[in-house]
Amino acid sequence: MIALIAFYLFATLTIVPAVAVIFARNPVHSVLWLILAFFNAAGLMLLAGAEFIAMLLVIVYVGAVAVLFLFVVMMLNIDFASLRSGFTKNLPFGLIVALVLMGEMIVAVTAWEEGAGIGNAAPPPTAVPNIVALGELLYTRYLFPFELAGLVLLVAMVGAIVLTHRGRGDVRTPKVWRQNRRRPEEAVKLANPPVGEGMKL
Amino acid sequence: MIGLGHYLTVAAILFVLGVLGIFLNRRNVILMLMAIELILLAVNINLVAFSAFLGDLTGQVMAMFVLTVAAAEAAIGLAILVIFFRRRGSIAVDDADRMRG
Repeated sequence: MIALIAFYLFATLTIVPAVAVIFARNPVHSVLWLILAFFNAAGLMLLAGAEFIAMLLVIVYVGAVAVLFLFVVMMLNIDFASLRSGFTKNLPFGLIVALVLMGEMIVAVTAWEEGAGIGNAAPPPTAVPNIVALGELLYTRYLFPFELAGLVLLVAMVGAIVLTHRGRGDVRTPKVWRQNRRRPEEAVKLANPPVGEGMKL
Repeated sequence: MIGLGHYLTVAAILFVLGVLGIFLNRRNVILMLMAIELILLAVNINLVAFSAFLGDLTGQVMAMFVLTVAAAEAAIGLAILVIFFRRRGSIAVDDADRMRG
């Protein structure tokens, strides 16, 4: 019973903020609503028993992606009022597309429920925790895709830096290759000057 | 009792909201990216729900990969947005017509 209440609470608090994300006038509010939706989606996943994914959702989405969105929205000085000009013009067409899509999904779900169905609705109780099982799967069977995911993140990081990096003309930067090329023989000279004669350069 | 259908319904509503968001905010790239995040969240909920109800962890592994790609997509998308804003001083989609597409 409590699980049912929790499910409906999380589901409502996921969908209502999602509506607010789309219809909010201020993009900053949109991002904040998005964060609320992500938190409650993490709750939904906790109810399904996927603890690791839920925590990942909070850490990655709320901690990184949403903050990135917030940063960009606040950093760019944009006149958001003019961007909403096509809102009412696109509303009927968008609603038609959304309704058609929703109808298709309802048909798909009901047809699927009428069909053969799945064997056991409840997962078999396992001795190992979710994270342990997931880690074992990730580092054995899905090792290659896992490494590939890391590569995707690396490429994204390098790409984002290369895209947004601005070379400024008015700063003097050290030339690393010249610094690395210097050898002690040409840079340092040991001398032992006698007393009273001074140093010859 | 919570069934798989419940989860699928929530995910379907989220997905449709994301698509609606893309159609409604046709000019604002930031909101379009947020709508894409909503769509990917719906996909993740579907994957996790199927994984839980079929007793197969593969779905959760796939949800992790979707999460990875979503993070990469957001980073690259926002980087492109920033340089686009730097050059044109606007983020309206209609202004992105340099290539006469």
